[in-house]
Amino acid sequence: MTVEALQRRYGAVRACDDMTWHAPGGGITAVLGPNGAGKTTAVECAVGLQRPDGGAVRVLGTDPWLSSADHRARVGVMLQSGGLPNGSKPLRLLAHLASLYSAPADISSLAGRLGIDAFAGTTVRRLSGGQKQRLALAAALIGGPEVLFLDEPTAGLDPHGRLDVYDLLQQVADGGTTVVVTTHSFEEAQALATHLVVISDGRTVASGSPADVVGERTLESVYFELTRKAR
Amino acid sequence: MSAPSTPRTRVLSQARFELGTLLANGEQLLVSLVLPLGALVGLAYTTAPALGAGRRIDIAVPGVLALCVISAAFTAQAIATGFDRRYAVLRLLGTTPLGRDGLLWGKALATLGVEVLQWVVIGGVGLALGWQPHLPGLPIAVVFLVAGTWAFVALALLLAGLLRAEGVLAIANLVWVLLLVLGGVIVPRISMPGALATVAGVLPSAALADGLRAALGTGALDGAALLVLLAWGAVAAAVAARTFRWSD
Repeated sequence: MTVEALQRRYGAVRACDDMTWHAPGGGITAVLGPNGAGKTTAVECAVGLQRPDGGAVRVLGTDPWLSSADHRARVGVMLQSGGLPNGSKPLRLLAHLASLYSAPADISSLAGRLGIDAFAGTTVRRLSGGQKQRLALAAALIGGPEVLFLDEPTAGLDPHGRLDVYDLLQQVADGGTTVVVTTHSFEEAQALATHLVVISDGRTVASGSPADVVGERTLESVYFELTRKAR
Repeated sequence: MSAPSTPRTRVLSQARFELGTLLANGEQLLVSLVLPLGALVGLAYTTAPALGAGRRIDIAVPGVLALCVISAAFTAQAIATGFDRRYAVLRLLGTTPLGRDGLLWGKALATLGVEVLQWVVIGGVGLALGWQPHLPGLPIAVVFLVAGTWAFVALALLLAGLLRAEGVLAIANLVWVLLLVLGGVIVPRISMPGALATVAGVLPSAALADGLRAALGTGALDGAALLVLLAWGAVAAAVAARTFRWSD
């Protein structure tokens, strides 16, 4: 997955300003950056929800804006804004989403792994923030994607829930899926990332393996130095 | 390699999912079925409002069938789509193999499914109340059902794609009431006062109800009414295609 000189503007605001980075295949790329840095905009361009004003994004060799059903079946998406129908129940929603794929993941296994069984009979509108996060993650995984985009997947989860998600994502990546995670959490980036991208004010300020980006220092100190400079 | 299911499977699954959601929503069920049923029974057992010459039940049932189409295709669909947009459901489904086209087809099929249910219930109650439809006119009635569904779904998407969910909720319900009272749906256009009848003559609601009354009353095709419906559908679909926003 590559982002090349990506530009995306909202009026006078440049959300992505010549942003360039890539996510190596089969690894977990953590995209870090302050609020408004352009993380979500970049992900939404990568999943075809926004059309870049300039530059290019390629996922599995395809322009996501022009993607077909075949391409979308290879990509899993968890949006920051949810996207779960309020009136539906978790297992019914997962069964519906599974029907969109020819060989979906096993629903009961996925639901068990993410603890969805505990609230399977509750409508989405009555779920807690953490429960919605788990369901949205299951929805992203249901098609058995080759590339998985997760926009702040552990926001709202308790510590046990975060660890469960880390284990699951590690397992997914070990199976060969390329995972791209946006996050504000240094803990998450350190626990998961095989590749780090730091962006600020719509630009990439660091990109590489954790060893390349962090070196002998801590991720936190590097992050603050890089994002302060850019601001 | 991950692959999508067939387009037919995806659209039918979405239609089933939407249909289940629509039928599980008590408020939408009220607007789609309970209120039209109440209107039919009320019209059958009272003499007001005056519906014009002819058997009262034969005039009332096609009007209530038109009201069902307006409820399901316009009011319920506008509200559902408005809130789906609010909660980013449209965006998420747009990233799946279903895509935006599949989503729209699924919504259209689900609407037709609700309408079939409405027509079976209203038609059955109408027959029990003495309705005598002109059965050879049924294919023409189905043409009006499909054209009316297209026009009102297009109007629903036009509304739902422009305003915030709360605004869609308020306006969709208000329009439903206005069309019920003044739109030539229950009271035929020819039985309305002069100025109102003129205005109703260009409304899709009156066109749908007039077309159904002609088809199910005498088996006639009301070509002018069909043209009015198709014109509303074409204009609303063209404007909605330009103005629809998939996210708030």
